[in-house]
Amino acid sequence: MTERNNNVLIDVQHLTKAFGDHVVLKDISEHIDEGEKVVIIGPSGGGKSTFLRCLNLLEIPTKGTITFDGTDITDPKTDINKVRQHMGMVFQHFNLFPNMTVRQNITWAPTKTGMMKAEEADAEATRLLARVGLLEKEDAYPSSLSGGQKQRIAIVRALAMKPRVMLFDEPTSALDPEMVGEVLEVMKELADEGMTMAVVTHEMGFAKEVGNRILFMSDGVIMEQGTPDKIFNHPQSPRLQDFLAKVLI
Amino acid sequence: MNSLQRQFIQAFIEKGRWKNYLDGLGISLLLTIGALVLGVLIGVLIAVVRTQYDQNPQGRNIAMRFVNGICKIYTTVIRGTPMMVQLMIWGFVIFRSQRNLFPVAVLGLGLNSGAYVAEIIRSGIMSIDPGQMEAGRSLGLGYTQVMKSIIIPQAIKNILPALGNEMITLFKDTSLVYVLGSIKDLTRVANNIGARIYNYLVPLILAALMYLIIVMILTWLLGILERRLRRSDRT
Repeated sequence: MTERNNNVLIDVQHLTKAFGDHVVLKDISEHIDEGEKVVIIGPSGGGKSTFLRCLNLLEIPTKGTITFDGTDITDPKTDINKVRQHMGMVFQHFNLFPNMTVRQNITWAPTKTGMMKAEEADAEATRLLARVGLLEKEDAYPSSLSGGQKQRIAIVRALAMKPRVMLFDEPTSALDPEMVGEVLEVMKELADEGMTMAVVTHEMGFAKEVGNRILFMSDGVIMEQGTPDKIFNHPQSPRLQDFLAKVLI
Repeated sequence: MNSLQRQFIQAFIEKGRWKNYLDGLGISLLLTIGALVLGVLIGVLIAVVRTQYDQNPQGRNIAMRFVNGICKIYTTVIRGTPMMVQLMIWGFVIFRSQRNLFPVAVLGLGLNSGAYVAEIIRSGIMSIDPGQMEAGRSLGLGYTQVMKSIIIPQAIKNILPALGNEMITLFKDTSLVYVLGSIKDLTRVANNIGARIYNYLVPLILAALMYLIIVMILTWLLGILERRLRRSDRT
């Protein structure tokens, strides 16, 4: 593969996930290095989201091991809550807490986990909100925000925990087209700052621009992977060629 | 002076009888509050145990199975038998040597209400988008913490009308403690006065009116509470 001078942050070995008889992920071995931006593309039902959700054990792998920063998180003895505190996740449907204000959404986890005192968390929330330009919404409830605003708050909520890696599960798929840009902008800034990111997306422009490495997933396996140039300009497998022909009109 | 007016004076004014009604109403309300607190405590506990069991097939060990089984049996038995029979079993069988039947009545009413409250809360928890639990867990918080801060508050808001109904039903059902004999709740007081003056019409109508007024006040208060909780749905 390309350069391997970074530290491996997430290491996946022989990951298999089945829902009943339906095998969604088939013996996947993959790794994400510190600082790397991995973008996962592929057709619906190919296992992209399931793969991402296995990384922080929102889906429990049927077989295989996942190691995060040297800790085997698939070991039942591992305190998964502690591990998740270092892995931020952003969902397709935002999943903001509607019973809390924007500020409470952000400070809830850092204070409840005992990671920060209330004042620290508040200061951090102020800093992050200002950064995404939504400080004036701090006392609003999520229901009054637009989709783009909700997703930016959701990103901020995850960032407040100061995660080592950010997992994005189709962060722009539920947005109106005119709001996609503002969310991708925040993600690009994050990438520029060196955040380790794993992004499942249909935004090919973003994948090309931000991704260090593209994984093409289909039928529960990583069918092809490489640099954006290799994947988008020199696709090898017919499945990838077919997929790109459909999405890159 | 017509006879209805005379009957009213006899049943309500004479010998300060109105005070007896009010005392009875107070007892009925106290029974409701006691039973409600007990019922909600039991209800939340059972609802959390049962949803935890249903939503987490991997974590089903023997202890969980046992506790879940107990909860299921409890709701089935309580909801499947008449409240009056339950009260009689508490008062005349299990606590037959108990002199003060008030706590027994609270226990009987509370345990009954708990089964219904549990089902209401369970439906409320089930109605919350699973993404809420995932978001909470993805931030590194435990199941119980997410339940407490995220799921239950939203569930309560959704089920408030149903819980309000349950409270109103409970308040009216306190009249069933009549069968226990010695508790001077509103129904018992009205009945006793009826017996004293050989006329049940006015005392029972008065009691019914008092129940109705309290129910209307409760409905009104619930409406206010509901509007307050809906605050976060708008701006």
